[in-house]
Order: sequence, then C-alpha cells, then structure tokens
Amino acid sequence: MSDDFILETRGLTKEFKGFVAVQNMSLKVQRGSIHALIGPNGAGKTTCFNLLTHFLEPTRGQILYNGREITGSNPANIARLGLVRSFQISAVFPHLSVLENVRIALQRKRGASFDFWRALRVLDGLNQQARELINAVGLAEYENTAAVELPYGRKRALEIATTLALDPEMMLLDEPTAGMAHQDVERISALIKKAAHNRTVLMVEHNLSVVEHLSDRITVLQRGEILAEGDYKSVSANPEVIQAYLGSGHG
Amino acid sequence: MPRSQKIALGVMFAFFLAAPLAVYPVFLMKAMCFALFACAFNLLIGFGGLLSFGHAMFLGTAGYATAHAAKVWGFAPEFAILFGTAAAALLGLVTGLLAIRRQGIYFAMITLALAQMIYFYYLQAPFTYGEDGIQAVPRGMLFGVIDLANIWAMYGTVMAVFFAGFLLIYRVIHSPFGQVLKAIRENEQRAISLGYDVTRYKLLAYLLSATLAGLAGATKALVFQLASLTDVHWSMSGEVVLMTLLGGLGTVFGPVVGAFIIITMENYLAQLGAWVTVVQGAIFVICVLTFRRGVVGELGNWLKKPL
Repeated sequence: MSDDFILETRGLTKEFKGFVAVQNMSLKVQRGSIHALIGPNGAGKTTCFNLLTHFLEPTRGQILYNGREITGSNPANIARLGLVRSFQISAVFPHLSVLENVRIALQRKRGASFDFWRALRVLDGLNQQARELINAVGLAEYENTAAVELPYGRKRALEIATTLALDPEMMLLDEPTAGMAHQDVERISALIKKAAHNRTVLMVEHNLSVVEHLSDRITVLQRGEILAEGDYKSVSANPEVIQAYLGSGHG
Repeated sequence: MPRSQKIALGVMFAFFLAAPLAVYPVFLMKAMCFALFACAFNLLIGFGGLLSFGHAMFLGTAGYATAHAAKVWGFAPEFAILFGTAAAALLGLVTGLLAIRRQGIYFAMITLALAQMIYFYYLQAPFTYGEDGIQAVPRGMLFGVIDLANIWAMYGTVMAVFFAGFLLIYRVIHSPFGQVLKAIRENEQRAISLGYDVTRYKLLAYLLSATLAGLAGATKALVFQLASLTDVHWSMSGEVVLMTLLGGLGTVFGPVVGAFIIITMENYLAQLGAWVTVVQGAIFVICVLTFRRGVVGELGNWLKKPL
C-alpha cells in the first residue's frame, strides 16, 4: 500500500524561536497525482516545501520519498533523487539566456561538470533537447534573450521548462501562478497539467480556480497544522475551511 | 570566441609585442604579472561571485616559494615557477576548505584573516629575510638553454606565461564548469535545487584562482629577482580588487586594462609619493559613482559586444 504514496511525512514539525511553523504534519502524496497545498498566509505552506527539500532542517519528524527516508539528505541530493522544487520568487538565472537556463539543468545529466578545460561546444549536443523544452512552454522566440528581460509570466514558464529538463519524478511548485496576468495563469496551468502527465506534482497555490481545475487532492493548512484534506468539492464545503479563509462570523 | 573578443585579443597581443620598443620592458613585465593576477582574481569574483580579500597570500606565497627554490635550492626557472605555483595551489586548497562555506562579507573576512596570518608568518620566518625580502634571486637558464638574464628572453617568457594564463582563464569561463559557476553566481538556491553541489564548484573556482594568482606571483619573483612582504601585504589584496573593478568586473579583458592603469599610475606618478594612494582612491570613487561597469565593461556595453 505504501508504494502508492511517493511522498510521505510523519509528524513533521518545525519550530522557530517561540513559534511553531509546521506542527506534527503527516502528509501523504499519491503517486501520479496533482496535490495542492492551500491555506491562509502564514499557514506553513512554504516552510513545508523548505522542509521537504531540506532548505530548512526539521525540528522533528520524518520525510519518506519512494519509501526511503530523506529527512537528513542535503538539498542537492534530494534534487538528484528526482524531487525538484520551484520557488515563490521566480527562480531563473537572470543574466544567462533562455537556452542556457534550460541547458544548465540538462547539463546535470552529464554528472558533475568539473571539466574546466573543455570548450563550451561539448554542451551543443544538449541544445536540441533544450529547444524542445523551450518550445513546449512557448518561449521559442526568446531563445537567446537574457532571462532578466522576460516578462514575469514568461519567467515562470522558463522556470518550469528548467525544472522539466531534469525530468523529475516529482515537482514541488511554490505558487506557480502568483502575480500573473489572466492569460498567463491559463497558459501556466495548462503547462502544469501537461507536465503532470507522467509525474507527481505538489503545489502551493492561492488561486482557487487553478486549484479546482488542476488538483486531484487538496490539503488545507492552518497555523502549521492540517485542517482538512480531500477533493475540491469536499474541502470547499467544509465549514472549518470556510471559516479559516473568511474568518469567524461567516459561514 | 566572439569576433569582438578575437579582435581585442589580437590588439592585446600586438600591443605587448610592439610596446617594448617604446616602453621600458620591466614595466611591461610588471604590468603583465599584475594583469594575470587580476584576471585570476576576476575568475573568482566576476564569474563565481566570491569576493576574496586575501588574494595577496597567493601572489606572495608563490613569490617566496619560487625565490627560495631558485636561490637556495638552485631550481631551474621553469621548476621554480612550477614549485611556487604549486605552493599557492596548496594554500588555496587549505584556505578554500576553511572559507568556502561562508558567503558574502563572511567569506571576505575569513580570507582576509587567513591572509593576515600568512603575512605575520612570513614577517617572522627566517627564510623570507623579513623586511629585506629574498633578494638577488637568480633567473637561471630556462629549459637549460635560454638565459633569462637577457631581458628579451625574460620578456618573451613573461609574455608566454601571461597569454597561457589568460587563455586558460578564458577557457575556464567558457567551459561546462564555467557555465555552472555562472549559474551559482546568478542564483545559488536555484543551482542547489537543480542538484548541483555548489560548495564543490566554488572550491574548484577558488583553487583555480589561487593557482593562477600564484603563477603570476612566481613569474613576478623572477622578473624582479625579489620576493618581499609587499606582495603578501593586505594592501595588495585591496589593489587587485581596485584593478578588477576599475577594468570591469566579470569581463574578460577588464582586469588586464585595470591592472595596466593602476601600475601605470604607480610608476609614473611615483614622484607624488603618498599622494598616489589619494589619486587611486579618487579614481575608485569616480569609477563607482559614474562608470560602475569599469572601463571595459562600459566599452562593451556601449558597443553592445562582449569584451
């Protein structure tokens, strides 16, 4: 049974000085699903991401990925196992071109790139694959543009292309549509749907229509704890969730 | 190599080939040694995003090691230079392992502290002859046949070392390794999340930078037949920062131009005495306020070409 869950946390807790950001969280993410993590500001969503990828050290608890404990692994190792994250602030390499951005991820497959004596030409073999990924996210015409010059929505698309270049088994997306114009939101959610075709996605998202449209399962967090879990319909009908979102006195 | 850089390389080569007809060759050799030093420094800060404030320790250590090997042990010049460079590389490995896990100002402070420890060691150690330095270092016979006492043989050797070092740095910047290094400079968190062990990449960059700075120091010791405390003093670490910023941080040719400007000022404004420092300070302030990309950086930006 446990094989059905690609990621599992047991009693995951993160305490900062006098403040518990994530408390006793036991989360299970089904293989091949799109799982959304929602909740009001400060509910611990981003902290949870940071714990899963070991950008933060958990105070207590365990993280299992593919049945294997990864609680103590370093972030680069976790990425190499196939659990790759994105960031809330769009994470691109600003002064590298769009092609180079994607190629940096593809380059990882060569193993470690400590070969400082080789010409850049040895990476030309990756260009074709990089272009395919760039086309897939609709950035074909920007191939040689520096990432810093892309509009915000396009940066997120580039970030997703870079993440997909690693062909991760599981993607963690931190607010993929935050701060985006309407048509960009649609393009990115279509992209996520396509990307999730043969992998698992765990995402933090505020845009509830995106959550409704994309996710198979939703976990609602509040003050570091799991408040509710289920599909969109059951979660959105849950009175506790409504209260958490709208405050007491409503619903 | 883009066309703009090929042209710049050609110009630089022609300049150092023709310049000794008009300019004092020892001055040019000094300029080339410092240009290599600044290029090595730029590899670390301009492409790895790491500000070292202790790079003089590599320049000076290689100088002492080369001078001692040539004078006391009677090493041939090629082996003396190799020995000096290797000493700097070893020092780079040890200090790198200690410093590389820290970032920003902490990294700069640790490198400064380590460099100060090295400085005070050399001040006390008997083999350096303290304030006098190791003087009258024999230049020797290169490969057993070329007498480096001949100024043109020495000049040719320095030119060969400088261009070899410069082209190696160019290659490092434009290698698969250089690509990852730039990614780390641009966004370290993202590089980690893509699965790169950034510490090891930074350590290799630091090691390469230290080694090449050492090559510059080793060559310089033979040119001047002297290894002295000036090259390990913290003000030398500051000077290389100034050269790199003035010429253009993160450009290929900037450090060469920056080193040339600073060395020229020191040589030709020498009669001003302590005022040279004031003039340098003023130029630095003007640079930071008005042309932040440095001379070559601004030029490249204006031409819209990489330089």
